[in-house]
Amino acid sequence: MTDTSPAPIEALADKGPLEPPRSQWKDVWDQFRKHKGAVFGGGFLLFITLAVLVGPWIWQVDPQKLDIRNKDMRPIWNALWDSTAKTSWSRPFGTDQLGRDQLAQILSGGRASMAVGWAAMILSLVIGTAVGVLAGFVKKLDGVLMRLTDLFLSLPILPLLLVAVTLFRQPLREAFGPEGGMFILIVGIIAITSWMPTARIVRGDILALKEREFILAARSIGTTPYRIVQRHLLPNVLSPIMVSATLGLATAIITESALSFLGVGFPSDFPTWGKMLADAVQRMQQFPERVMIPGVAISLTVLSVNYLGDGLRDALDPRIRGR
Amino acid sequence: MLTFAVRRLVLAVPTLLFISFVIFMLLQLAPGDPMAQVPLTVPPEVKEKMRQALGVGEPPLVQYWKWLVQVFWLEPKVFIDYLTNSSTLLGWLPDTQLYQGELRVISWQTRSPVMDIVIQRIPQTLWVVGMAYIVGILIALPIGIYSAYRQYSIFDQSGTFITMIGFSVPPFFTGPLLIVIFSVSLGWFPSIYDTTHVVNDWASFKYQLSQMILPVMVLALQTTAQISRYMRASMLDNLNQDYVRTARAKGLSEAVVVAVHVLRNSMIPVITVIALGVPAIFGGAIITENVFKVNGIGQLLITALFANDLPMVMTLTFIFAVLIVLFNLIADILYGLLDPRIRYD
Repeated sequence: MTDTSPAPIEALADKGPLEPPRSQWKDVWDQFRKHKGAVFGGGFLLFITLAVLVGPWIWQVDPQKLDIRNKDMRPIWNALWDSTAKTSWSRPFGTDQLGRDQLAQILSGGRASMAVGWAAMILSLVIGTAVGVLAGFVKKLDGVLMRLTDLFLSLPILPLLLVAVTLFRQPLREAFGPEGGMFILIVGIIAITSWMPTARIVRGDILALKEREFILAARSIGTTPYRIVQRHLLPNVLSPIMVSATLGLATAIITESALSFLGVGFPSDFPTWGKMLADAVQRMQQFPERVMIPGVAISLTVLSVNYLGDGLRDALDPRIRGR
Repeated sequence: MLTFAVRRLVLAVPTLLFISFVIFMLLQLAPGDPMAQVPLTVPPEVKEKMRQALGVGEPPLVQYWKWLVQVFWLEPKVFIDYLTNSSTLLGWLPDTQLYQGELRVISWQTRSPVMDIVIQRIPQTLWVVGMAYIVGILIALPIGIYSAYRQYSIFDQSGTFITMIGFSVPPFFTGPLLIVIFSVSLGWFPSIYDTTHVVNDWASFKYQLSQMILPVMVLALQTTAQISRYMRASMLDNLNQDYVRTARAKGLSEAVVVAVHVLRNSMIPVITVIALGVPAIFGGAIITENVFKVNGIGQLLITALFANDLPMVMTLTFIFAVLIVLFNLIADILYGLLDPRIRYD
């Protein structure tokens, strides 16, 4: 009969909120910051992405410009121990055997490598998530899609990549131009051959989530299956997707470089990191820095992406977070 | 267990057939022409006959069927003949003479049977890649065990860092890097793997060892990185279990607890990972073989691809697929055999 709510016991009453309310993403960020390697990795990835995006506007040297008089310049730091080395501040990373500026090449090569990496990663995530959600949510499709995933997992990836690239290079080049065709081909092939782990993880999580009460509740108030997937399932599988995204980015960058290294990647006048490395291997005794610079660029990028993934896994897992 | 193995084996057959069909149809789209190198003075009708002789004139499905017959019927015959005829192991058996000179899978580059070339190349790959895998496992296991036992110690932290590097630095960078350091600057090891080298005395054996070190190091770095991660995670899972506390409580020494109780249980997933990695290392060795000029299977695939030698590419890719399917099967069966909690029935 009384409308008043019971008064809290004096001793237990809070004097107001103890700390400001925290959002989920603030928790994630706090946990992420504790992982030194992940912060460093994320920072470096941001730096290298910005460098290859903005760099060509700041360092306005055409990477394709042949300057044969200034060929075979050494990087500027060689002057530290060898004062007779052919160095110049106008060519801080040196030039190659045709006099092309190495810094400009690294920047535009990084652009290609990062673009391929990001595009292939996003495409393979989309395919993997779609297959995983469909297999987990629609019972009829589960068997078929998982058999398909198993089949793709038992394909020999690198040989098939090589086969596909050598076979489809010509027609795609004619259709989309030498660089555009190669970009579509490499991105498509990497994505088609790397979506399977994401699909498996997403399917497993969806299968477990589907039986939980909140999905039942959503269903009982008449939510359409599409909305259930969109509102309730996808946000909950976001963290494994993000972790496999970082792994996918690393694999895509390495695969693109490997293809370029084996000579089936982008055309030779279009620098990518793998291509620069492959071209420099012939003369690495005289000019070891030409192997080192792109190699270190690839390795550091992939290393930072891997550390980022490690940190994200810890930060996004609510069971580890806060410990 | 046996029914499971048999069922998986039976299931593997349609999988492999489908994979081979996909690869074959992919290769049918190849724009290259095997007759492109033939001089222009050769008249077109002769060219057409040569095309027929290579088996290119037929419709794709007929070609696929013939390839299947050659690989699954003729090649085993040739192999059995070889076993009973000239091998030392089964040479005492009467010569079977199953193979009656039918056309085998012929390489378009050399016009010799593909399988013969593959058999020639396999020892090089097995030596380098297999050795690298074994070395990698031998290094990885102690690292994984110790870094799990002393979690978050300096050893563990540096081990984590090194394995991260092993994951991140691609073989086409470590290869040239090691060549620059060890064969150019220091001059310790040769940079090219000489496959014609014959081991017949101590000096040549030492040379063989020295030329194997660099490629083995490159491949072993990646294996080590991967397997030591798995070993560490698996050990960590087991170290906190109740049975470990029981073993300590009844007074077993720390060495026995770790090396017998925990290690045996942690090895179960690691062994399956090792089995699963075998075909991957064959595929991944393509780049390393290319860097060190080892003429193994990977290098054969690359040259065949560039020379547009479709039967060779087809057969090699199929061999890789067989390896993957086979080792997936082996891993599953091993897991069931080693872990009594796993029931496949």
